[in-house]
Amino acid sequence: MNIESPYFHPDMETLSRPEIEALQLHRLQQTVQHCMQSPFYREQFKQCGLHPEDIRTLDDLRRIPFTTKQDLRDTYPFGIASVPLEKCVRLHSSSGTTGNPTVILHTQADLDAWAEALARCLWMVGLRPSDVFQNSSGYGMFTGGLGFQYAAERVGMLTVPAAAGNTKRQIKFITDFGTTALHAIPSYAARLYEVMKAEGIDPRRDTRLRVLAIGAEPHSEEQRRRIEEMLGVKAYNSFGMSEMCGPGVAFECTEQNGMHIWEDYYIVEIVDPDTLEPLPDGEVGELVLTTLRREAMPLLRYRTRDLTRIIPGTCPCGRQHKRLDRMKGRSDDMIILKGVNIFPVQIERILLQFPQLTSEYLITLDTADDNDTMLVEVELQEFFTDDYGLLEKLTKEIQQRLRDEILVTPRVRLVPPGSLPRQEGKAVRVKDLRKKY
Amino acid sequence: MTINQLSIFIENKQGTLLQVLDLLKKAGIQLIATNLADTVEYGILRIICSDPQKAYEALKGEGVAVAMTEVFAVEIDNEAGRGADAIASFVNKGVSIAYLYSFIVDGKGILIFRTDNPELAAEAISNDGLCTLTEQDLSSLV
Repeated sequence: MNIESPYFHPDMETLSRPEIEALQLHRLQQTVQHCMQSPFYREQFKQCGLHPEDIRTLDDLRRIPFTTKQDLRDTYPFGIASVPLEKCVRLHSSSGTTGNPTVILHTQADLDAWAEALARCLWMVGLRPSDVFQNSSGYGMFTGGLGFQYAAERVGMLTVPAAAGNTKRQIKFITDFGTTALHAIPSYAARLYEVMKAEGIDPRRDTRLRVLAIGAEPHSEEQRRRIEEMLGVKAYNSFGMSEMCGPGVAFECTEQNGMHIWEDYYIVEIVDPDTLEPLPDGEVGELVLTTLRREAMPLLRYRTRDLTRIIPGTCPCGRQHKRLDRMKGRSDDMIILKGVNIFPVQIERILLQFPQLTSEYLITLDTADDNDTMLVEVELQEFFTDDYGLLEKLTKEIQQRLRDEILVTPRVRLVPPGSLPRQEGKAVRVKDLRKKY
Repeated sequence: MTINQLSIFIENKQGTLLQVLDLLKKAGIQLIATNLADTVEYGILRIICSDPQKAYEALKGEGVAVAMTEVFAVEIDNEAGRGADAIASFVNKGVSIAYLYSFIVDGKGILIFRTDNPELAAEAISNDGLCTLTEQDLSSLV
């Protein structure tokens, strides 16, 4: 591997659009053919009268029915697999908090391809074998653990499987091992900084941290900038989901303007979540992915429930693989308040424009006199004034700016620093106490 | 000419006031005067105490939202009208008072107040010969 090269896979990363599309068609045809081994897809194809030979152009993709999370649940655990179980070497599973868990099977080739995809991402943001990579993801079923582990090793970095939690130990590893790159969910990166500050550790002076991979949790650009400022790093957005192996589906390049989705691995579509009609680049809709390199469990036109858009135009970095905008949130995360659709990230974006506030917040939805109410609790960075007037003015200003963004007026409550609950896992930002009728 | 006051941001929740006072108790701090107004969402507890620096550190170390603020402590005679006279000195100078609380100790009235223009307030105090208390004066009261 030439460490001077900006590319981990020069052949794939420098493909032109026509080359990408030709490769995609070829791999789509192979994938559809391969799906005939899956009892689920064989039945799907039969029902819509589709034969693998019918896929002649990329547009023929639309003849294939969508696959949903419900399909994964209905076929739990192994019903979608396209290979016999003895060919599989690993499975990952979602938590199953809202029904049957979903199971994703992997052959060794799947695991290798996954590690290669994410290694490509890490290389793209400038990580090299001389870096020390610390992974603060939970290991086990959560794909952010093993996924980053194998990918970072594939790059050739010294990789620290610190796993989730135990923040003080996490910081000790960072300082003792000279960690230069960290994978963390955004709320945890903010938490690390708070604990460092309390321990008298200045991340710029006392650590070698320079790159942060952040993902798995919706967050705003303001949150990213704040994390960069706190830790003195460049933070890159990472996108993945267990249904698509895990992290490594899409990742930002050093331009930090959208995440390149690896189109030699996936065909990306954005569809209107109601009509399921494809939307042009630039318009926000549901992300739909078709795997092109999966052996054990290819998924065709999988509805991710994630809302985003494709950023139109080409990236100055030169890669022609399309760029996904940061996730607007899952369609499941959307709050409907008094009939208005609101994403928690919209609220975060406004709150983080106030330097007086920490990056923690809690949204509580409730019912009062049969009306929806929203309370937004925000934490003061430090107690900077003992003037009620100034605090009142700040509260009013936050409320006004939120109203302009989400079109309903929430109640805003200032709370003392450190008083909102911190999570070591994904942050809980919304509590819904509303009466369900 | 000013003294240190502790200003503590507390949530309007049962038990939060006691938490703060318990921490001060553990640190062996004696309160001289306190002030807490009723507001809907939160309160600012203002405290004049025997050792503001030590109290500040004790609270800060426990993660309490505390700020050290500078206020004036003016001593007046314990007679009708002396409060009005003192405030008149400031008003005549154009100094506005942000908040004020008072107490009586050893037969003297003590006014604690904050202003946005401490220089001008100090001028008023010197010109009109008002008596201000230092932190040592206050600590000797306890």
